[in-house]
Amino acid sequence: MKYKVSYIILFILSFNFVVFSQEQKLESDSIEKVQATSHESTYGHADGTHDAAAHDGHDAHAKYDPAATAIHHISDANVYTILDFVTIPLPMILYAPDKGWDFFSSSKFHSGHHEDGHSAYNGYVLHHGSVHRVTDAGFPTQGEAEISGFTHKTETIEGKDKDIFYAIHNGKEYRLDARSTLDGGVLGGGITSFYDFSLTKNVVSMILVSLFLIYVFSSAAKAYANNKDKAPKGMQNVVETIFTFIRDEVAIPFIGKDKYKKFLPLLMSIFFFILGLNLFGQIPFLGGINATGNLAVTMTLALIVFFVVNFNGKKDYWQHIFWMPNVPVFVKPLLAAVEIMGLFIKPLTLMLRLAGNISAGHIAILSFVGLIFIFGDSGASTGGGVIGTALAIPLTLFMMCIEIIVAFVQSFVFTILTASYIGAAIEEHHHADHHPAEHH
Amino acid sequence: MFTLLSFTPFQPTPGLAFWSLVIFLIFLYLMKKYAVGPITEALSNRETEIANALDQAKRAREEMSNLKSENEKLLAQAREERSKMLQEAKDIKGQIIAEAKEKAKEEANKIVSNAMTDIENQKKIAITEVKNELGALAISIAEKVIKKELKGNAEQEAFVNTLVKDIHLN
Repeated sequence: MKYKVSYIILFILSFNFVVFSQEQKLESDSIEKVQATSHESTYGHADGTHDAAAHDGHDAHAKYDPAATAIHHISDANVYTILDFVTIPLPMILYAPDKGWDFFSSSKFHSGHHEDGHSAYNGYVLHHGSVHRVTDAGFPTQGEAEISGFTHKTETIEGKDKDIFYAIHNGKEYRLDARSTLDGGVLGGGITSFYDFSLTKNVVSMILVSLFLIYVFSSAAKAYANNKDKAPKGMQNVVETIFTFIRDEVAIPFIGKDKYKKFLPLLMSIFFFILGLNLFGQIPFLGGINATGNLAVTMTLALIVFFVVNFNGKKDYWQHIFWMPNVPVFVKPLLAAVEIMGLFIKPLTLMLRLAGNISAGHIAILSFVGLIFIFGDSGASTGGGVIGTALAIPLTLFMMCIEIIVAFVQSFVFTILTASYIGAAIEEHHHADHHPAEHH
Repeated sequence: MFTLLSFTPFQPTPGLAFWSLVIFLIFLYLMKKYAVGPITEALSNRETEIANALDQAKRAREEMSNLKSENEKLLAQAREERSKMLQEAKDIKGQIIAEAKEKAKEEANKIVSNAMTDIENQKKIAITEVKNELGALAISIAEKVIKKELKGNAEQEAFVNTLVKDIHLN
């Protein structure tokens, strides 16, 4: 045990120094670029307008920016990076209504350290780890095209300040269409001209985790068949402990002994899917994935819960939403409004709670690791870096322990809330005392 | 700030949502078919088996205690029977003794009465014999006496002869 802990510390130490040296190298690259573009930026600010506040994509890293680094690391990506050395390109699946489907490998973008593609392919470019489409006339729509850099301007569109990104190709700026998002541009993304169905890092990790869980579970299930009428052993024991916990502490108390079997597969799948992804994301160097901290993933899970709950809603459930029994008539419409809002707020909180907690854990760990660069003055002060490292190791270790607890707690909370929503929806009251009140 | 917001975790992307839906639904199906279903079944089977085994053990224990009480009952019964038998034997013994006593008494009486009659008979025989002896003695005495007196007296001789005659008649 003692040795294991020291190995982990050694590992983190070496990891930190690797990143440290990488950042140092990168910084020397970007300083040159800052010098190249600095006059443009100063011009924009001195002029008092925002439209010329152009930056190179990399110049955010001239000075170490902990927030940007953290956000970058918890984002989804089109490559699977292990320890900054192994970069596995992933398939891109893109669809534009006016252009059709595009399938190619993300290696075509020749992406750099922070996933700004050095090439465009078939009219798509990779910027800040996301795919954008260039629809401006003159930009090559087929094959590779060299991108020398990116600029970004703040433009005022319909009274709102918006960040618009431009790719530089052959010395000319081409406007990037917004990323493919589900919010329809409400959160500042804007409506875009294509759909991104790429198998991203999160998708790959979800597939890996699912396969692993299926393997573990099916082998445990087989052990039950082979090991009939005997005490469980090995993996079967681990699975059984959590399985019976979910069954006896979550499913049966909330849904009831008669009906829990119908919903048990869903609850088990939700619990283990979330737990598996939470824990997989906690493993350092394996991509540090953040699938359960991603709103798209938690939204999907919350939507599934929403549909399962409401499709199974019994008469009593709907009655309690639209026309609450046992309360004065003038309160009924008020309560109905609240309940209808609650109908949507429940899955919304499921979605936000899980994503928030997991992302926050990742950000906390990344911030503690970031102490190394803040103390080290982005690589300028080696002594500071050492102090930062000494600080970062215990804090990161502490945070990782907390995160393991959070991984279990959040998957449990998601499951228990799902069970309670289902339980409330399928509950059938036999309240004779309610009926006289209804006739008032 | 806008730069930060444009990163993926805060903007749900259709691709990731679509893939997570597909992956989760497949995961759910596989879990249901190959894991949760069989495991639930195996667990509930085992639980019912354990419950059955416990029930059986309880029943066996009950049976054991039943048997025990039955044994005790039997033992008590046996004990009772034994004492009854002993009592009966005792009674029979008394009866037999009493009967025997009575019979013995009867027998003794009989023997005594027989002895009595025997004695009586013997007495009679003895008396008769004594009488006869006495008679003979008297006669002999009388003979001697008479022999002495009758030596010169004819009359007396005649008298004695009549007397003898009388005796014979007797």
